[in-house]
Amino acid sequence: MKQIMKEAKFSISNESDTQAFGKRLAALIQKGDVIGLSGDLGAGKTFLSHEICRALGVPESQPVNSPTFTIINEYHCDRFPVYHMDLYRLSEPDELYDLGLWEYYDGDGVCLVEWFDKFHDLWPEEALMLRIHLLEGEARLIEARGHGRGAEILEKL
Amino acid sequence: MIVLGIESSCDETAAAVVEGNCVRSDIIASQIDVHKVYGGVVPELASRNHIVNVAPVIETALSEAGVTLNELDGIVATSGPGLLGSLVIGLQAAKTIAWSTGLSFVGVNHLRGHLLAARIQDEDGTPVPEFPYMALLASGGHTGVYHVRNWNDIQCLGETRDDAAGEAFDKVAKLLGLGYPGGPVIDRMAGTPGEEVLFPQALRQKKSFEFSFSGVKTAVAQHVGHLDGPPTDEQMHAIVRGFQKAVVEILVRKVVLAARQKQVPRVVLAGGVAANSGLRQHAQMVCEENDLTLFAPPRKRCTDNASMIAYAGLLALEAGERSGFDISPKANWPL
Repeated sequence: MKQIMKEAKFSISNESDTQAFGKRLAALIQKGDVIGLSGDLGAGKTFLSHEICRALGVPESQPVNSPTFTIINEYHCDRFPVYHMDLYRLSEPDELYDLGLWEYYDGDGVCLVEWFDKFHDLWPEEALMLRIHLLEGEARLIEARGHGRGAEILEKL
Repeated sequence: MIVLGIESSCDETAAAVVEGNCVRSDIIASQIDVHKVYGGVVPELASRNHIVNVAPVIETALSEAGVTLNELDGIVATSGPGLLGSLVIGLQAAKTIAWSTGLSFVGVNHLRGHLLAARIQDEDGTPVPEFPYMALLASGGHTGVYHVRNWNDIQCLGETRDDAAGEAFDKVAKLLGLGYPGGPVIDRMAGTPGEEVLFPQALRQKKSFEFSFSGVKTAVAQHVGHLDGPPTDEQMHAIVRGFQKAVVEILVRKVVLAARQKQVPRVVLAGGVAANSGLRQHAQMVCEENDLTLFAPPRKRCTDNASMIAYAGLLALEAGERSGFDISPKANWPL
């Protein structure tokens, strides 16, 4: 049975809009959720991830910065671990298996995955996908799409 | 004391033998050719190559140093931060050797290795910094200002909020189609005289020692987007000069500010970005203006290497530190 799919667009005019969006989204996130972020270099994937993590309660003592080099950053808030991933440097599906991405997706925490769209076919069905379009200055357009649990989050966002 | 150090936290499999603060051998199985094919670092290949490389690299380091395992006083491996699948290989190799030979073993922090690399005595007798010093660590994965009071007393005063400086170089190079790695090619192009595009320096006026490099990357992307068609060679050079200037100036500004604020007379450069000649020149100039002594280690000791790990571990072993065989690699391990 095909799950319900939902799509939405969010207009962002400045950084505080991004912050507010991150907060609203974080309030809906539960253990086990997987959120993918895509968009060109400089679109603001890491910035939005940072805002989501802070809103989830990852303390300031844990820097939330780009996982491009480390591939997987792990943070902790009161409720669950947050896995902040970046597939930018990966090119072969085998690498995803080697890194054990599915264990993270099905694991005990929340996954925020930058550049998830590099491996569109290897992506959990119920994830929420956010595509950030770079407009002028701080303005952005976020296109969101999700099935199942992803659609459920989007319904309330 | 003579120790063997193994480094495998990300791209490089490396092994080195150090005696005191002198390097007896320093071997890197550079994987740069493998990565070039993919326009980025390929961790799976990297981690597979760590397995392939680790034993030959250790053997070469020992033979070049002219020592055997039973002449060593200890063995050291990077135990974090880094990519778990890569770290585990060097760490396991070190544990295995320690277990089978009875050698003392300690796991060390990769960042501490970078921050102490300037203390390693070079063959040409260049002076090394005394403690305390203010260090700028800028690499592909890390960027921060560190107050190094002693080998085991290091305080991070601020780090990047988003991208590391080296990552900004790589991503801007990718954006401009200049290939991988981005640092050397940007440094070369930026060194030519000519016009430069003005790019923003994030957090410049802030008194904190934090950095942010995602904004300048975005600014480059937006600037390129506004051009009529792909950038000409001249435009490309102007972009690259402006980008390098924005990054280098903010890096130097923050570390010098920190040194003055904490009244530390020495500034040390560390990490792969410290190999950038524009950074070295600018740091030299600003340090002179501020009566600070700059220490910029040779380029081979800025990028990831095992001699810095061996040296940091040697200091720990001399102080009586030991790690158990049950230590695990740590992906995140702030100093």
